[in-house]
Amino acid sequence: MEQFALYLYVLAIALFILSLRWMSEVRTSRRGNIAGVFGMAIAITGTLIAYHSERYDLLIGAFAIGAIIGVPIALKLPMSAVPQRTAMSHAFGSLSIALVGVGEYLVRIPGISIFDSAVLSVEIIIGFLTFTGSCIAFAKLQGLIPGKPWIYPGRVFVTLATLVISFGLAIYLVINPDQTFIIPIMAAFALIFGFLMVMSIGGADMPTVIAILNAYAGLSAAALGFVLDNKVLIVAGALDGASGLILAIVMSKAMNRSFLNVLFGGVGAIPSGGGDGKGAAKSAQSYAVEDVATVLENASSVVVVPGYGMAVAQAQYVVKELADILQGKGVDIKYAVHPVAGRMPGHMNVLLAEAEVSYDQLWEMERINSIFPETDVSIVVGANDVTNPAARTDPESPLYGMPILDTDKSRTVVFIKRSTAVGFAGVDNELFYMPNTMMVFGDAKQVLTELVATLKG
Amino acid sequence: MGDNFAVNLLIFVMASFLGIELIRHVSRLLHTPLMSLTNAISSVSIVAALILMSDPKTDLILLLATLGIGLAAVNIVSGFMITERILKMFTKKGAR
Repeated sequence: MEQFALYLYVLAIALFILSLRWMSEVRTSRRGNIAGVFGMAIAITGTLIAYHSERYDLLIGAFAIGAIIGVPIALKLPMSAVPQRTAMSHAFGSLSIALVGVGEYLVRIPGISIFDSAVLSVEIIIGFLTFTGSCIAFAKLQGLIPGKPWIYPGRVFVTLATLVISFGLAIYLVINPDQTFIIPIMAAFALIFGFLMVMSIGGADMPTVIAILNAYAGLSAAALGFVLDNKVLIVAGALDGASGLILAIVMSKAMNRSFLNVLFGGVGAIPSGGGDGKGAAKSAQSYAVEDVATVLENASSVVVVPGYGMAVAQAQYVVKELADILQGKGVDIKYAVHPVAGRMPGHMNVLLAEAEVSYDQLWEMERINSIFPETDVSIVVGANDVTNPAARTDPESPLYGMPILDTDKSRTVVFIKRSTAVGFAGVDNELFYMPNTMMVFGDAKQVLTELVATLKG
Repeated sequence: MGDNFAVNLLIFVMASFLGIELIRHVSRLLHTPLMSLTNAISSVSIVAALILMSDPKTDLILLLATLGIGLAAVNIVSGFMITERILKMFTKKGAR
């Protein structure tokens, strides 16, 4: 029977790989999701065939309760809350893996091998730190706690100390494998480490954090696969880990920062120099909605630059409405999506897709940047740092070197902003003060609604 | 249990490289649904909980296995369903 289960695992693995393969483009993506569902069903079936349980009541009951919780989350979740949901699912997944890891440890004593003890200890630590880390990421994204990084003297030392203690206890456990009272203490330090690590990371860095936590969750699943000698766990864990790693690399590259800088840099805590004083001397030119309407009526190409502010104001529908009106007037519309715009990888694309923006109008940074010089009007909605020209020109700026959207090169920039406050990096945006920039102050949704009304009338 | 370690390590390394190649080719457009998909797929860790459930020596182990199944089930169900919801939004317009 175990042999038969192994063949089912091979089938499940093949389906998971096809699932990711088909996910590479929109056309085949839904097929990819379906392949994933079948892979999962086959993997579960294979396991149930090979391992008989005496407690199907608990097994089915637990699955049913999980499904009852999962379905409403999936159906009711607003698209702007997808980053939170992702953080929450990392929390659930890693907690599940960590608890099962503890269970596997207890099953194997007395007489657990050094290998199993070591791998399970590491797996338990990673699982629990991912759990609290994801919980804090969830709380920050949901606005339950302030998104600002929690900074205090000696922060990096304290944070790393909890991790070192945790691994120290793991070593003790491997040497004395039957002293299971160590496990909860080791887990507690891992939990504290995850908490401290993400508490000290700013809300705007969450895309990278979520991706890293994703990689951790995958790694701990793979570790469990090693102990159980379970191929499907190893492969699925490796695929998930690779995905998290790639996304984290994409995100940090798009911010021109290293992982370590994201994890321990505490960016966003102290408003740094950049424009202090200088900014006071310069003045941004504020325009009324009617002025913007006039400019737009004379434009033939418009690029919309969305950011997290669009998500907060839920302005994606009115953005689309504006785009439709302009398109009706023969204006060419494109959307410029910066890789780190929003709070998770691909966040803006999902919001715009929700508003039924056609995906062939969504342009990635590298492609759109060559088009800005030929663009009549760029409309910045809720983005800030990703448009700051200082990233190109000012070596003193903390943003220097970060790839940005070259909105400043378009003929006119319409910048919709709630106030002149600085962005997440605490840096003043030079774009505000450029002669071709029209600042419109107000809530993104409100401003755009007025703009739509003006253009219609 | 570590007998097959070398083979398993080989599988892990190959799967990691394969994963990196696969993910690198995913359009940036789809990074959010990709995350919800890989999240659902990694919830295949439910098999570990099911295996634990098959031999629960103590009540504590039984409890840990039950919690493991329930938590993973939340992710399996919501993960695939949310991915489907997001992809539907992309493909609806793409069909034009």
